[in-house]
This record gives sequence, structure tokens and C-alpha cells, in this order.
Amino acid sequence: MAYEMNFTPVFARTPELISGTIDTIVLSGQSIVIGLTIGLAVSILRVDGPKWAAAASAGYVEAFRNTPLLVQLFLLFFGLPYIGIRLSADHAAILAISLNLGAYSAEIFRAGLLAIPKTQIEAGLALGLSRLQVMRYVVIIPALRVIYPALTGQLTLTLLGTSIASAISATELTLAGAKIESQTFRSLETFLVLAAIYISITFAFRLLYWIVGLWLFRRSVPKTGSAVATLSLPREAET
Amino acid sequence: MPALRIENLKKSYGTVPVLKGINLAVENGDVVAVIGRSGSGKSTMLRCINGLEPFQEGSIVVAGHRLDQSRANLRDLRKEVGMVFQSYNLFPHLSVAENIMLAPRVVKGLPRDQRELLVRDVLSRVGLAEKASAYPDELSGGQQQRVAIARSLAMKPKVMLFDEVTSALDPELTGEVLKTIAELAEAGMTMVLVTHEMGFARRVATRTVFMHEGKIWEEGPSAQIFAHPATPELRSFIATDLK
Amino acid sequence: MIQSFGWQSVQFLFHGLIWTVGLSVCTFVCGGIFGLIFALARALGPRWLQLIVAGYIQLVQATPLLILIFLAFYGLSFAGFYFPPLAAAAISLSIYATAFLADIWRGCIEAIPRTQWEAADALALSRIQRLRYVILPQAFRIALGPTVGFMVQIVKNTSVTALIGFVELTRAGQLLNNMTFQPFHVFLTVAAFYFAVCYPLSWWSEKLKERKSAGPAH
Repeated sequence: MAYEMNFTPVFARTPELISGTIDTIVLSGQSIVIGLTIGLAVSILRVDGPKWAAAASAGYVEAFRNTPLLVQLFLLFFGLPYIGIRLSADHAAILAISLNLGAYSAEIFRAGLLAIPKTQIEAGLALGLSRLQVMRYVVIIPALRVIYPALTGQLTLTLLGTSIASAISATELTLAGAKIESQTFRSLETFLVLAAIYISITFAFRLLYWIVGLWLFRRSVPKTGSAVATLSLPREAET
Repeated sequence: MPALRIENLKKSYGTVPVLKGINLAVENGDVVAVIGRSGSGKSTMLRCINGLEPFQEGSIVVAGHRLDQSRANLRDLRKEVGMVFQSYNLFPHLSVAENIMLAPRVVKGLPRDQRELLVRDVLSRVGLAEKASAYPDELSGGQQQRVAIARSLAMKPKVMLFDEVTSALDPELTGEVLKTIAELAEAGMTMVLVTHEMGFARRVATRTVFMHEGKIWEEGPSAQIFAHPATPELRSFIATDLK
Repeated sequence: MIQSFGWQSVQFLFHGLIWTVGLSVCTFVCGGIFGLIFALARALGPRWLQLIVAGYIQLVQATPLLILIFLAFYGLSFAGFYFPPLAAAAISLSIYATAFLADIWRGCIEAIPRTQWEAADALALSRIQRLRYVILPQAFRIALGPTVGFMVQIVKNTSVTALIGFVELTRAGQLLNNMTFQPFHVFLTVAAFYFAVCYPLSWWSEKLKERKSAGPAH
């Protein structure tokens, strides 16, 4: 049975697609900034914090890594009002996605921190640097370099995961697409266009990570071309 | 007042005692070599002096800073006590000059023009003036260790600690590092060196300390220690080394 | 009808959990079979095949799973193929799992040093024999940890099929929430069910990775 593709009704809604794209980029950007901040703090607590903080961090990480983002969204959006906290769909989405990324990136950061030899930290301390200065000047850049492929891979998964926020009607691209689909009945075409937009955003973000990587690691000797390798797909991005 | 005074220093890992009451005084300008078998506690003692290892009993006064179990004011102490490690521990993402400038910049807040002078000064003292913009992995082990010494010198320490700084080096590279240390000694730097290089200890150190089973077993002027060891333990240690 | 959250609700959710596990197993088996074929093609196939597979992996990994599921469910059914939610869910999840497993396993195959191929070659093993007896057994060892780790992702991602109405654990939670209006209890229980399945898998995955990094000497 022949089916004739007709993209015209979908393209007629270009303004909505564009604003949906922008919403998705903004949602991703906000979640990435908040999520990475959470992840960094949690990883430091877990490696270097007091026992109770390390245990709490581990609990948070395991809880969020072993339950679906969709359920986390539902719990925050539908469940929190039950205990008196009411969030808008957009805020619930940012919170859920940030907390989710926070848990994953905490594990990645932790791996990076553990990858730095203890002797490097001792050398920094022996020069009179404070623990915070050792972290900032001695540990962060080499650690970031080790984990950069895994981290950017995780950011890609976070970006793609924002589409799930449509389930609570947060404003982003998939919600915009679902509306177009329900009004034009051009399902295949709508979702193909959405796929194409997501793929474009993903590749644009990867390009951005690559450029950021070049800048971050500009001072290190380019040895294995690892900055270039981050453009290709991260292996084991899920871990 | 001595540059370093250790009194009744005791440390154990769990129930295993490593240092069993160390007493040591080092005067300004002294170069003290610490020798002994591995496991005798010599590196642990050195790491206690700048607070990298906590200890359970006793006290250490170094460069006018008192260090005890409370571990307060560690940073002030470390600003004036340099340490050079066996594995160099240069920061791989920073150039030679940046490795050297880091602590003067962020710890002492030294302005840029003075930092550059400082880099030139300390690098020329270790004979590597032309390597300022190189990165650690472009240097040989011996050169890296000399940069590590320069990095430590840049803080203008009153006392320098050397922890088996030639043990990770190929034999043909140890010479250049020992020469650098000898020049520092001549210039009057107060130093404590844990070392396996007996010849160097005998030649450069003003005093030598022999550690055995967590205690200072024997100490004295280097010439006397090597020529007339008093204890059978030191005699057998020196004899094994000669073989 | 409004009912309150109780033992019956837990049983209802448990029913959903069974579908979640069933869909996960189905996804892992299909994704595993195609993933292995794709991994071999990507690592060892002729250049044109490598490019096609690489393109497939790149595109699927840059598309949200939800869009893949929508494409299979709404897209293809409007185009004339009607897939019931179960089929749409299984197909789209398999497409997704194939891409990720192929990528993970390709990495594992390529992680085996060239010298192993050469050593096997020197023993006059054929190309298939080299794979069968030398390369794949070693790659398998490396792959175990990440593969079990990816199973966790599969289990969690089956939840997205709730959005096309497939009644697995998350959808069961939504339905229950509509009946009880006790979202906090409902979704916390749902989360606990997922955790009960995923946490042991995560733990196992970490153990396998530790064993790998500890090396065969221990």
C-alpha cells in the first residue's frame, strides 16, 4: 500500500518548531549547568567528605541512576504537591533532569577524581596550596581530560532525555511536535522532522563540546588527539 | 634555634608502630642524609615533617612552625618547607614555568613581573633556563626532577626535604640531580635527604642519620658514620651497600 | 472510581513490573542479536558496510528514544502499518538497543590488541577461527560489565513506552494514580520496583568492571 509523504502541513508550522527547538536548547542548557554543579559537589563530598555526607551522596546517586527519568518526573510533578511543594511543569522538568544528570555526572566526576594520583595532591599540598586550590589548579583539568568523552556522552543523553519532559507538558520540542501531529494527522512526517531537528541539535552540541575541549585542554600537550576523539561517539556513555 | 627539631615522634599504622620515638635536631645550613633499609621509617619521618602524614605522639618544630597532633597551621609551615618527591609529581597540564609559578601566584600572590624573574632565577639554578615553556612529558626524568627542585625553590623555603629523589631515575640521570642538590648544599640551604646514594651522603651531607626499625639507630658527622660505624646494624648496612 | 492505595495497588503494579521485565528481556535479546551482527560489521566488515553501520549508530544515538517510539507507533501506523503498542515498543526499543550494544561491543572487539590477531594468524587459524577462539572470548570478558550496565538502561527506558499507552510498570502507575489520586505513594512504589530490578544489575555491572580492571592475576 503506497503512502504519500507530505511534509507541507508540518513545514507550515515552522515557527512552532523553531520555538520548540529553542525551548529544548534552553531546557537542556539550564539542566546541564545545574546538573553538573550538583554532580561536582556530590562527587567531592563522596570522595573527600565526612562519612555521613559520603553515604548520603552514594544514596542519592544510586536512587537516581536506578530509576527511570520518567518516574522521577512524575514523582516531582505529581508527587511533590502531596507534600506541599507545587512546581510548574517547566520547573519540575528542569529539577528532574538536573537531579538525574547530577547523579550520573557525580559518578563520572568521581572516576576522574580517583584517576588523579594521590601524589599529585600531595605535591600541591607540599607547596602550601589549600585543599580547594589543589582541587582547582592541580586536579580539575587533568581529571576533566580523563573523563571528557564519558561526560560529553552523558550530556548528549541528557539533551535527548529532555524530550521525555513532554510527558508532563513541559514546553519543549517534542510537546510542540505532538501538538502539530495531533492537528495535522501527519504523524510520520512530524516525527521524522523532529528526529532530524534532534539529530541536528545533538551534533551542534557535540561540536560545541569539541571546541570547549580544545579550549580547556589547550595547554596540555596534544598527545593522543583525545580532544578529537570526543567528536566521535562515547563508548559506554551510560555508565 | 635549630631549623628543625623533632621530639619523641611516634607514629603507627593501626597497631603497627612505624616510628618509635624519634629525636632529631637540624641546625641552619645543615645537610642531613637519612639512610636505612626500606621499612625503617625514614620516608615516613620525612613526610611527618611537612604534615603529609599525621602522627600520634611527639612534636616537630620546623622553620619556626610547631606541628603536633592538631595539624593546625599546616599551610604556613608548608610555605617555608619545600619537599621534593621520588616520582617528581610535576603537574602534567602545566608548563615548566607554570608549574614553578603556581604556588608563588596562588599562595603568596606574587605579581606577574616578579614571577617571571623568579622562574628565570630558579630554573638557572637547576641548569634548565631554556626549558621554561616545555611540558613535563617532554623532559627526561632527570630534567623533571630538577624542575621539581626548582618549583620547590621558588617558594624560597627555609628547609628542603628530599624523599629518595633519585630512586626512580636511570643511573645515568641520577648524576645531574645529585649535582643540583650538591650546589644547593654549597649555597647553604638547610636540607634533609632520605637517600640510597651512600657515596653522595658521605660527600655532601654534613651529618648522616641511620634509621633502623623505626628509631634513629646512629647519627653523627658523615665522615665518622661511614668510616667508623658503631653498631653492627650500620656496619652490615654499609657492607651490603658496597657489594 | 476512587480507591485508596493499598495491597491491591501493589499487586496491580507488580503486574506492570512483569511486563516491564518481559519487554526488557525481549529488547535485550533482539538488540543483542542485531547488536552483535552490527558490532562485527562495524569492526571487521568491508569499508562500505562499516560506514553504513556507523551511520546507523550515529543517527539512532542522536535521536531521543521517545521519538523512535512515536515513529514506530504513530508514524508507521498512519503510513499503513498498524503496530499494536507492544510491537511498536519492542521494535523501537530493539532499534535503540542495537545501536548502543553494537557501539559498546565494537569498542570491546577493537580493544583486543592487534598482536592477538597476529599470534592467532601465526598459528594458521582461519579468520573465523581467530574470531571464534581468540578474539571474541577476550572481548566477551571486557564486554560483560558495560553490557550488564546497559541492561539497566534498557529496563529504565522501557518506561518511555508508557507514553504510547503500553501498560508496563510506569503506565500502570499512571493508571493507578488516576484511580487513587495518591501520586506520591504510587510513584514512589513504582520507583521502588524499578530500583529493586535495576540496583542488583548495577551492582553486578560494577563488580564485573572491577574484576576486569583488577586483571586476571587476582
